[in-house]
Amino acid sequence: MEIRPILASLRKHRIPTVLIVLEIALTCAVLCNAVFMIGQRVAAIRLPNAIDERNLSMVTLGGTDEKTSGSDIPRNLAALRGIPGVQSAAVVSTLPLSHNNWGWSFGTRPDASTFDKKTVNFSLFFLGEGAEQALGLRLLEGRFFNADDYAGSSFGSAPLPETHVTLVTRSVAERLWPGQSALGKTYYSMPHYYTVVGVVADVLRPNIGSQGEDWSYYSAFFPLSAGGSKGNLRRYVLHSAPGDRGRVMRAAEQKLAALNPNGVTKGMLYTDMRDQYFADMRSMAWMLVLVCAVMLAVTAFGIVGLTSFWVGQRRRQIGIRRAVGASRGHIMQYFQTENFLLSGAGVVLGMALAYGINLYLMRHYETASMPWYYLPVSAVALWALGQLAVLGPALRAAAVPPVVATRSV
Amino acid sequence: MFGYYLDLAWRSLKRTPILTGLMVLAIGLGIGASMTMLTVLHVMTDDPLPGRSAQLYTPHLDPLPLDHKRRGDGPDASDNLTWPDAMALLKAHRATRQAAMAGGSLLVRPGRTDLRPFYVDGRYATADFFAMFGMSFEHGSGWGAADDAAGARVVVLGETLARKLFGGADAVGRTVRLGDSDFRVTGVVADWAPQPMFYADASVKRYSDADQFFLPLSAAVDLKLDVNGNFSSWGQDHAETRMTSPTTTWLQFWAQLDTPMQVAAYRQYLADYSAQQKALGRFQRPPANAKLYGLMDWLAHENLVPNDVRLQLWLALGFLFVCMLNIVALLLAKFLRRSGEISVRRALGAGRRDIFVQLGIESALIGVAGGALGLLVAQLGLWSIRQRPDDYAHLAQMDGAMLLGTLVLAVLASVLAGLLPAWRACRVAPALQLKGV
Repeated sequence: MEIRPILASLRKHRIPTVLIVLEIALTCAVLCNAVFMIGQRVAAIRLPNAIDERNLSMVTLGGTDEKTSGSDIPRNLAALRGIPGVQSAAVVSTLPLSHNNWGWSFGTRPDASTFDKKTVNFSLFFLGEGAEQALGLRLLEGRFFNADDYAGSSFGSAPLPETHVTLVTRSVAERLWPGQSALGKTYYSMPHYYTVVGVVADVLRPNIGSQGEDWSYYSAFFPLSAGGSKGNLRRYVLHSAPGDRGRVMRAAEQKLAALNPNGVTKGMLYTDMRDQYFADMRSMAWMLVLVCAVMLAVTAFGIVGLTSFWVGQRRRQIGIRRAVGASRGHIMQYFQTENFLLSGAGVVLGMALAYGINLYLMRHYETASMPWYYLPVSAVALWALGQLAVLGPALRAAAVPPVVATRSV
Repeated sequence: MFGYYLDLAWRSLKRTPILTGLMVLAIGLGIGASMTMLTVLHVMTDDPLPGRSAQLYTPHLDPLPLDHKRRGDGPDASDNLTWPDAMALLKAHRATRQAAMAGGSLLVRPGRTDLRPFYVDGRYATADFFAMFGMSFEHGSGWGAADDAAGARVVVLGETLARKLFGGADAVGRTVRLGDSDFRVTGVVADWAPQPMFYADASVKRYSDADQFFLPLSAAVDLKLDVNGNFSSWGQDHAETRMTSPTTTWLQFWAQLDTPMQVAAYRQYLADYSAQQKALGRFQRPPANAKLYGLMDWLAHENLVPNDVRLQLWLALGFLFVCMLNIVALLLAKFLRRSGEISVRRALGAGRRDIFVQLGIESALIGVAGGALGLLVAQLGLWSIRQRPDDYAHLAQMDGAMLLGTLVLAVLASVLAGLLPAWRACRVAPALQLKGV
């Protein structure tokens, strides 16, 4: 295929050529970044979370007196365990993705304090007895808390509990003691210290923020006795078969409301809470998908419109070429090659632009760096789109009969 | 001539319905998407208190130690004031009115069998709060400075809560149990929810419903009521002592300053106060760090518009630009195709200007149609935003100005897109084209 005549013809139509190249470039650039952002959000929405999400429902009990709330816990739990379908029940301070975050910073040196820059910020989860089973934490190393751990832990006047045992997630273990077993190691925040008795699979924090995936899993667990909980244990978690969750949750809400006439109860399925947490991300992702689709359509129609116009304008020349021996395939090829060149120029420019936009977004909007393969993939996508869009007009051009050449327009 | 050109444009557009449709669709979608996002940005950055915002200022001090560093994406500790500083500013009384405040969420126990306890959001404030923000009382009034000093157990209710608790009856003088204490109702205010809630702590929801109770800050501190907002400490403060600690910030402070002279004097006062505190050894940083923000400046400083919204606006504008490029190319094709017709008109005596105006009117007509479609698309877009879970979602409504803006933007965009093609078309050499016809 000779491309010189195509270039010559494009040079004659300089303005439309530049316009269509620019359009393709811009579409390519926006597409790259939009698809990248969609991918990031989908990844966040799907972050794994090592608890039995599909089996959990919960009821939050607020408004009860701090002084009696601890002694009410065993009574409340006994009532909840009596609900048919409940496999286990426990009380906790907070749950992953609940937005109810209690963060604290710890270090591996005995003199570490929260104000050190070298300390690592975790989210603290306080567990009532049996919460490991109710949540479905997955033990990787060591052991869960035992009855003595629970009995020995309470809140005094300090903001951290009076205990010395802790469970950490795999991410915390690797961050604090890279390459070593975390079992038996101790982390500190003056004057508190906690020794790791078990490592569990990664559990998300109540707020996952935007500091990267590892950071989202910096969670640590502490035992807390009901009597010494000082109002910090208010979320009742119920483990049941997925099909029983709704019924179990409503029954639990009613039981807790009846037992605590002064309290406020609010029930929810865990999966609903997770969906709510990511709802704005999901709507942003859909919005990006929509804009991408519409923009691709507009670009495709632009190509169709312009090529159709060129075909109409060149009917006579096409007729002459056909009369002097060009086949339909040659005519088709002409327009397809022309489009290939236009799209090619567009995507080359577009990839540069996409990279530039990503740099700008990284600086101003805390976006991550776009992996390189997004560029060629969206280039190929736009190339394919261009070829698809040009197919119609090219077929119409190929259908021009040679006899057109003999008519004087 | 205008009518004639309009007629010509109409005929020309009717001749190529598909191409015309594509152009109208492109401009409609581009404009619709852009106007949706512009409207969201507009409502989010709008003046929350028109007519009053110019007199409202919020003072900011910098009591942080020299070596204090802000942690990651955590809130700025100097965004709020400490209790001693807020009380000093309040007592100095340098502004026409001033009030310190903090948000709170309390359990209401209705004392009725048909209503279970429930949580409501409200505000702990000082006496000037109501007059300074121009709130209107349905019944009764606020409380006085004496109540502030005594930590009186009094409360002003929002209209909605008052109706929920007492039905249609006058609530003034009745008692409400909030948290674990009883408060006497002194007044009921009409629901008041400026958007954004400029006076609330930066780290809590800012586009939310009206506060439903207001009670003296001193009472809240006495009772250690829960605060909805950020406590930033840099000393060794315990939960028991942090409210009145000189090393914990948690209070918002607003002042009404009516004249530029008052504003200048207040700035000077803040600098002097900081210098004095530094001399006393309490502040470590330069007194010039003390700032006085106007209401709109403060909102700009806090940057309430989420990054996602800005990104979406950029995306929508990029999309509009792609649509415009598309229309330029299509119009160019369309106009140049009519070289013959244009040449005939030129040969018959039409000047380049006439051709240019004629083609410009044709582009504008596309713009008007595209604008109408854009309005529909934008309404659809705003409807979909109102279904979102974000706190600002319920605000996404177009006002008259945005409605008009949509049409103007659409016509402007299409006329702009028509400029280059019209210019090219009116430079067609008539003789060359007529030979071929």
